[in-house]
Amino acid sequence: MSPNGENTAITNEIIMCKESLSKSASKKRRIWDITEKMTEGLLFLSAFIGVVTIILIFLFLFKEAIPLMADPAANTLTSKNWYPISNPPVFGLLPLIAGSIIVTFGAIVISVPLGVGAAIYLAMVASPVVRETLKPAIEVLAGIPSVVVGFFGLAVLAPLIKDIFNLPTGLTALTGAITLALMALPTITSISEDAISSVPRRYMEASLSLGATRWQAIKTVIVPAALSGITAAIMLGIGRAIGETMTVLMVTGNAGIIPDTFLVPVRTMTATIAAEMGEVARGSDHYYALFVVGAVLFLMTFVINLVADIVSRRMKEVE
Amino acid sequence: MNSLKKFSKVVALAAVVGLLGTVAVGCGSAPKQDGAKPAADAGVKGSIQVKGSDTIVNLSQAMAEEFMKKNKDASIAVTGGGSGTGIKALINGTTDLANASREMKAEEKAQVKEKTQKDAKEIIIANDGIGFIVNKDNPVKELTMAQLADIYTGKVSNWKELGGNDEKIVVYARETSSGTHVFVKEHVMKDKEYRSDALLQNSNAAIVKEVEGNKGAIGYVGLGYLKDSIKTLGVKKDANAAAVMPSEATVKDKSYPVARPLFVYAAGEPQGAAKAFVDFMLSSEGQAIVKKMDFVPVK
Repeated sequence: MSPNGENTAITNEIIMCKESLSKSASKKRRIWDITEKMTEGLLFLSAFIGVVTIILIFLFLFKEAIPLMADPAANTLTSKNWYPISNPPVFGLLPLIAGSIIVTFGAIVISVPLGVGAAIYLAMVASPVVRETLKPAIEVLAGIPSVVVGFFGLAVLAPLIKDIFNLPTGLTALTGAITLALMALPTITSISEDAISSVPRRYMEASLSLGATRWQAIKTVIVPAALSGITAAIMLGIGRAIGETMTVLMVTGNAGIIPDTFLVPVRTMTATIAAEMGEVARGSDHYYALFVVGAVLFLMTFVINLVADIVSRRMKEVE
Repeated sequence: MNSLKKFSKVVALAAVVGLLGTVAVGCGSAPKQDGAKPAADAGVKGSIQVKGSDTIVNLSQAMAEEFMKKNKDASIAVTGGGSGTGIKALINGTTDLANASREMKAEEKAQVKEKTQKDAKEIIIANDGIGFIVNKDNPVKELTMAQLADIYTGKVSNWKELGGNDEKIVVYARETSSGTHVFVKEHVMKDKEYRSDALLQNSNAAIVKEVEGNKGAIGYVGLGYLKDSIKTLGVKKDANAAAVMPSEATVKDKSYPVARPLFVYAAGEPQGAAKAFVDFMLSSEGQAIVKKMDFVPVK
């Protein structure tokens, strides 16, 4: 609001001010209101589209999975073999679920200590220069296409593992776990690092002034305080690993057996869907069975996310 | 924290844009009605159904696409489901052409006659041969059909039982979605199950690559993939027969045992669009597609 220059009487000025204020304000106000409403609507629409999409995907998956349940072939879902094109077909989900779980578990065992360790280093130990170079570098890892990682696993890792353990083939659950760990690592590191960095500085300062060493402070104060974020990071990493398709299709060998060690080929649920969906006759039992696999996978990731949500909420309550 | 906020903003934005894009595309990709297009070229008209063998479905699809490019007013719907499904559909009159990777049985032919009052017409559109490959360091040169079956069902699991080194056999097969997988299962293994630890690969190239680097490996690939970096096995019909190497010539003269013709069946002489499509499949253009898809041409 610009001050009026040619005023003599104070009252005059006040009136003029009031006028200009109400005029300009009402015009601006109206524009603001409209943009406000539009923004609100847009945001609501985005949220709405997201939620509806999820619900539709959910419905579609289960709609396509249900017809199998009405079929005698449904009885084979708990068997130990996946022979989808035999006569009669056997749709045993156990080897697929076991395959997905063992590969994911291996990936998590490898990537969580590495990822969280790297996060602690970046947030607490590294000098600013090191941090600003390392963090983007780690995040670039996340951008490597899974086909490339898979190819690396196929060409470099598999022969190596075959020679080290003296195996008949290098395409094993371990190969899959290592390549998936590579892919989950950046997610875990970068989100954990954010969580640790957001712990207030005074926590650290208080612990140090009480006579704790840096490591004690990190171990007993900082990490517990950032635990909710770290848990979320780990869960996201698990989600990334269990849902990965291309890489495992390339490096796990895809043999449908229930693995007893990490050194045998496995067949994951995602790889099964990817490998078989292209050729399967629409509306056949096999087609519905693949949707059952998808639905089971969906439920698994859903539960993982739910657990992550509950855990991080719990942690927040504790704080 | 700041970077996380920025990052999550970007992600959120990307997600929204992506979703909007998906929805827009989803709405936009409704089937185009190009009925208003004038048919300048006097092409083939009409729509036909082709149903059957999963082995042939890709070949058939490729041919149909090429055919429809040339004939804008023809539409050909190709579906898989297996040879039996295709033949059943032909008997019930729900398909114009049936793809089959096996010969029609006598009772099926009788059913076609009974239901449609026409004789089943058999057209061979291509031949299919499968070569078995092992690592270059493997001394084994040839195997009988029975031995191949034993390897793939898991009855035999060491090369020394077949005159090779003391080495575990690592069995490579194609994914279940592949017609080759089915062909070997039916034709070589007499419909017994694959050993459950067979490594299933989703391409011929992947099998070649694995066999190259694995001393104990055995795999099978289409004829187009046999090369010098691996060893192709000769196959004997039985213990007394001579071993035959797979090649286009031995597949054509039927001396190589792991080969088969690929059939298309019609009820009676194909008419109209169906006839045009069959002629196209047998033309040099169609046979070029056969070669491209790693089958053996019939001409």
